[in-house]
Amino acid sequence: MEQQTNPESPIAVAGLRKSFGEQTVLAGITFQLEPGKVTCVLGRSGTGKSVLLKLLIGLEKPDAGSIRLVGQDMASASTKELNEARKKVGFLFQQAALYDSMSIEENVAFPLRRHTTLSADERRARVHELLASVGMDRDLDKRPSQLSGGMRKRVGLARALALDPVVVMFDEPTAGLDSITASEIADLIVEMRQKRHVTSIVVTHNLRTAKTVADRLIVLDCGKTLFDGTFDGFHRCDSPLIAKFVKDAA
Amino acid sequence: MATTVAPRPAMGDLARSFGQPLQVMVEWVGDLGLFCWRVTKAIFSRPFEGAEFLRQLDAIGAKSLPLIALAGAATGAVLSLQTRNSLTRFGAKSLLPAVIVFSLIKETGPVITGLVASGRIGAGIGAELGSMRVTEQIDAMEASAVNPHKYLAATRILACMVALPLLTLAADFAGILMGWVATTLAEPMSLKLFLSNGFHRVNFNDVIPPTLKTAVFGLIIGVVSCFQGMRTRGGTEGVGRAATSSVVISSLLIVVTDVLLVKLIVEFF
Repeated sequence: MEQQTNPESPIAVAGLRKSFGEQTVLAGITFQLEPGKVTCVLGRSGTGKSVLLKLLIGLEKPDAGSIRLVGQDMASASTKELNEARKKVGFLFQQAALYDSMSIEENVAFPLRRHTTLSADERRARVHELLASVGMDRDLDKRPSQLSGGMRKRVGLARALALDPVVVMFDEPTAGLDSITASEIADLIVEMRQKRHVTSIVVTHNLRTAKTVADRLIVLDCGKTLFDGTFDGFHRCDSPLIAKFVKDAA
Repeated sequence: MATTVAPRPAMGDLARSFGQPLQVMVEWVGDLGLFCWRVTKAIFSRPFEGAEFLRQLDAIGAKSLPLIALAGAATGAVLSLQTRNSLTRFGAKSLLPAVIVFSLIKETGPVITGLVASGRIGAGIGAELGSMRVTEQIDAMEASAVNPHKYLAATRILACMVALPLLTLAADFAGILMGWVATTLAEPMSLKLFLSNGFHRVNFNDVIPPTLKTAVFGLIIGVVSCFQGMRTRGGTEGVGRAATSSVVISSLLIVVTDVLLVKLIVEFF
């Protein structure tokens, strides 16, 4: 039965398929995000979670299926329309992907400089405000190479929030971090949902992170949706993979 | 007595062994064509990246100046040392300043500049963009609605095209100066006399076309190194490959293109 598309949904995906050569990564994924909620996409490494995010933002093209991002059909979008949609989306990459040639301040100012008409003073004030919100308002002249993994993620989050996005996508936000820093990053995601009411999609293989931040869980396995629901349903699910997730997180 | 016959490769194996590199090459050329089309579109669309272009002009041009000038100076000195004996044997020693000047401005200066620049600039761009690709910085740029073909590639390619002729003039200048120093150390001669003899029969057609042809060398270095950098795959090893291939391919293309450009210059100027 075909799922009804909610026009309010900032991200709606139907029948999404993607293969690289012989390897099928996504084999028909369908879901919609609820506005203002955090959805976690959980799965083992190599199950296409990061590819899913890249498809959503238009960095990869799907083999089949449709993606609607903030009201824009990504398949039929012109470059201009694609970029307009992207301006409404923040993206935190796995390794933060800060620009090495720029300082922390310049990294966060980059989207503001490109897409707003703010004066230099207004821009500086906005950058300070954003960096303060993630606890990084010191050492603004430092380069990304001088930061720890956790600090990079914080700056990356500040940059992702620069244009007041409607949707924020997180690619493994706590991967490679110690448990304390990971929980700090997860707390920032929760705080962001409470203060800014943005819709978020968090890709992770860490159930603890998912537990802290998520309103809804989607579990991917072998390119298909194994589970889609709340934590209550997740714990009741009798799938061996989900049981293993629960056991490992305990 | 039984004879053993070496097994003949099946037609399928032969086709595969020739077909695979051919397929890779066709794909490379196709991707390069697509890349050039995207960059060309980006160059002529607004907003123009003036600030980034100037930053790249400084990084590519000003920061390459010492190396290029040194290479030019060394070439000028070597030309003087090597040519003096030959010209003396033919009783044409008085032509030494003209030989140095003509050789430098017409061919040696532009080619040395192109090849040295392909090493310094090509490797730099290939490695920088390659590293940006594997650390998802280019994806991050695209995800934040900034066209990397415009911001990263077009600015670097244009900067290379503007910088190379200017660097060539610097190499020519340093080469002629060091040519005079080497000449005057062997047999004292005033700089004024050296320049007067050297530039006696030089006209604009001897200087302008060979200098401007280095803009084509700049185009080659910029396009090849940006393309190789932006299509990097495979982590740090891939970055190394991108840097090396940027230098190798652009040097090769510069040498081949130089032959064609010299032929064109000889025909039309």
